[in-house]
Amino acid sequence: MPPPAFDTPLIFECGQDGRANCYLPRGPQLETLLPGDLVRDELPLPDNSELDVVRHFTRLSHKTFGIDTVFYPLGSCTMKYNPRINDAMANLPALRDLHPFAPDHAAQGALAVMWELERALASLFGMAAFSLNPAAGAHAELTALLIAKAYFAKRGEAHRNVVIVPDTAHGTNPASAAMVGFRVLSLKSDARGRVDPAALAAVAGPDTAVCMMTNPNTLGLFEDRIGEVSDVIHRAGALMYYDGANANALMGNTRPGDMGFDLMHLNLHKTFSIPHGGGGAGAGPVGVAPALVPYLPVPVVRAYEADGSPAAADGWRDSTGLRFALDFTAPDAVGTMRSFWSNFAHMVRALAYIYANGAEGLILTSQLAVLNANYIRVGIADVVDIPYPEINRHEFVASAQSLKRDTGVRALDLGKALLDRGYHAPTVYFPLIVPECLMIEPTETESKETLDAFIAAFREIVAAARIDPESALGTPRTTPVGRIDETRAARQPDLRWRAPSTESG
Amino acid sequence: MLQAIGVASLDELVRVPAALTLRSPLAVTPQLSESEIADRFAQFAARTTAGGYTSFLGAGAYRHYIPPVVGALAMRGEFLTAYTPYQAEVSQGYLQATYEWQSYIALLTGLDVANASVYDGATALAEAVIMAVNASGRKAVLVSRAVHPNYRAVLRTYAEGLELTVDELPYRADGRTETASLDAALADQRYAALVVQTPNIFGVIDPLTSADSARAAANGTVVIGVVAEALSLAALSTPASWGARICVGEAQSFGNAVAYGGPHVGFIAAGNEHLRRMPGRLVGKSVDAEGRIAYVLTLQAREQHIRREKATSNICTNQAHCALCATIYLAAMGKTGLRDCAALNLARTRELRDAVTAVDGFSARFAAPVFNEVAIRVPGRASDVLRALEDRAILGGLDLGRFYPELVDTLLMTATELTTSADIARLAGALAEVETRAAARI
Repeated sequence: MPPPAFDTPLIFECGQDGRANCYLPRGPQLETLLPGDLVRDELPLPDNSELDVVRHFTRLSHKTFGIDTVFYPLGSCTMKYNPRINDAMANLPALRDLHPFAPDHAAQGALAVMWELERALASLFGMAAFSLNPAAGAHAELTALLIAKAYFAKRGEAHRNVVIVPDTAHGTNPASAAMVGFRVLSLKSDARGRVDPAALAAVAGPDTAVCMMTNPNTLGLFEDRIGEVSDVIHRAGALMYYDGANANALMGNTRPGDMGFDLMHLNLHKTFSIPHGGGGAGAGPVGVAPALVPYLPVPVVRAYEADGSPAAADGWRDSTGLRFALDFTAPDAVGTMRSFWSNFAHMVRALAYIYANGAEGLILTSQLAVLNANYIRVGIADVVDIPYPEINRHEFVASAQSLKRDTGVRALDLGKALLDRGYHAPTVYFPLIVPECLMIEPTETESKETLDAFIAAFREIVAAARIDPESALGTPRTTPVGRIDETRAARQPDLRWRAPSTESG
Repeated sequence: MLQAIGVASLDELVRVPAALTLRSPLAVTPQLSESEIADRFAQFAARTTAGGYTSFLGAGAYRHYIPPVVGALAMRGEFLTAYTPYQAEVSQGYLQATYEWQSYIALLTGLDVANASVYDGATALAEAVIMAVNASGRKAVLVSRAVHPNYRAVLRTYAEGLELTVDELPYRADGRTETASLDAALADQRYAALVVQTPNIFGVIDPLTSADSARAAANGTVVIGVVAEALSLAALSTPASWGARICVGEAQSFGNAVAYGGPHVGFIAAGNEHLRRMPGRLVGKSVDAEGRIAYVLTLQAREQHIRREKATSNICTNQAHCALCATIYLAAMGKTGLRDCAALNLARTRELRDAVTAVDGFSARFAAPVFNEVAIRVPGRASDVLRALEDRAILGGLDLGRFYPELVDTLLMTATELTTSADIARLAGALAEVETRAAARI
């Protein structure tokens, strides 16, 4: 039985003044501690009993789909299971309550976590070094482009200001390029859904700074000519950037370093099982080739042998016996990207995940992610269009173009109909180059039974829509609310609660 | 499954061109069982010894009491494992919670609107400056030197990319921002924004005067108020009341652990005139086809997935779950609990200041009123005092000389509601010993 769809008034519409919980001793009057002109007049917030708070947020949780409740085949988002051991490790008091300004000698274990993770990522992705500084994927893209900008400035090539981005790229790529003052050149994919090295060679030149790509690309296709692509960019004197959003497909097959990439980021909240949390916090480590290491943001975690000499580490190394320090002094560093060193709790989670898998487990992770995606593709290939009918990687795109032509039912409607069946919708209308696009990524953590049930539900929805388009057009019907008036939300923005009788808070 | 796909093996499925295959084997840690992982991380925890010290650290990351109800609710799987709420019909709970977060931030800052969060306080400031630059077309900003040094460092990093000039205002002898030269600085109308922080890095309550804010506005300069300790919003005059039109900051203090620096949660609040330049997600209230109240991500034409290189920011993933923790914390604490908490922070910090400055050789560096941290001038170098305190299992605060060459003799000490009178007495006792030793050396 699903829980009933409770009415959930805003927290501001509940409670009564003074209905307070006894978390702290009563404080003195503020006016006795500060000059009156510094104290705010009123604090227009509600008081609620803890029971009412618990009920409020528990009921809100009932109105929210998560991986824990449903299969979540959201393309490009890698909605894999988030193991609870990771959270438990991040919640160890010594790590959770460690202050960022604690002296290095009192933070050795935390620094060891960061250093081991950095070493593991360098080994897994073929980079010389990583910075754990950036807070998320887009933040990492910004970091990497600042690194590229600093690198070219140092080489006397500050005129390089063009970033080449394939038309399948994530929207963050061009948006990040704009934030460092780079001009974006969008490159059309070829008929195979890939970047054509010849087309790239025609536009790459002395003004090219960076080519940003993901591989597999957002169509779920492996860029099999990536070696030639890298050669073209390197011949032009520019840098190759790997958007690691799709790294879950790669581990054990090839590495960005092996493919010729000079810069990359990872979304630890995708490949490394960190919970997405409804849209963050994420974490976006940036990796670089040897020539770019001096430009990584500060602080850098340095490791030393017991005798005080710098620790040698080419690839992975166990941290036991080493000493660590945060280094803020790197002279060519692009600066720092955030208030404090990293989204550390997520570094703990990611390292716990790597421990749980080892190299063998990570290789199998990517293989099974690809297996599951291809299994769904062949399972629905005869009921929707598959614009690139070949072996895909960890995700694939389908298109509802024929269905729309025949019945008026669009990709959006299929997604909404899936919600009624207890599935999260795939990503729809991305990538932009496939009309009526559905992008499906099951991840490796789903069982064959789940995939079979999803395929069956998808087929039933399409079959029903072909007989009666209304069966899909009016969906969802079983969710707490139906389709939402988005135009009204945008035209008459109501973005906050206001007290009914007063003018403003 | 392989048969259905039409391949013979997993290897065939993931094969890449020979030239791209691994140049060296993947080498990471051997695989461990869950019990072995727990043991491994217990070792990392054992090597992290800061918990054994009495701490007076703050400076942008604050140790506060977090009621267990916050974790119990926030760690519910529906919240923890949801994605960004693109499918609003099955995300109503999270969307409503985010709308409540936006409302809390708007009410606390006194401004019209707030977004769904950004990475942290420092990046919130950088994003706010971009808003002001886009509003004015100007390429320079004026920032108080009493703004958190890490925030200014991040602003400089972003400014490098955006090719902005960052000029600084000095601080006065009493610890507040020096505004004597403000008139002249604003008059040539080259500044997109004027940035001050309150409480500032010295703990000093440092709002602009309404007259200075009005002067900035008259010259087309957006006043940005930074709040690195969000708890102060429960006690101090709102940023809106003294003239900030954008208020950014760090809300870690609301129910999020310090966690060696993250994840924390940045916020951006602003007057309605800046709404369309806001970065990141915004949740709006609307209705569904049957007229039921419904929440949905809105004004997405600002965002990167629609606008690409013309977006207001590149931000995609933000700090939704940290903002949820903050929202639950605010709901549980309520107005009464927040006021008590803020008052306790003020009282304990006053107690700390009185106890420390009663020790010979230690004095308050600045005279202006503070919230929950205080800058203390020490005999000799602050770094030496810190080391001596560490020998006595005390983390005595932040050496301000790390960021301000003229303050190598000054420590920033923080007291929150979790700081006890016994902690303060221990610190004062230890400082007296340190002082005696320093005096004996002379």
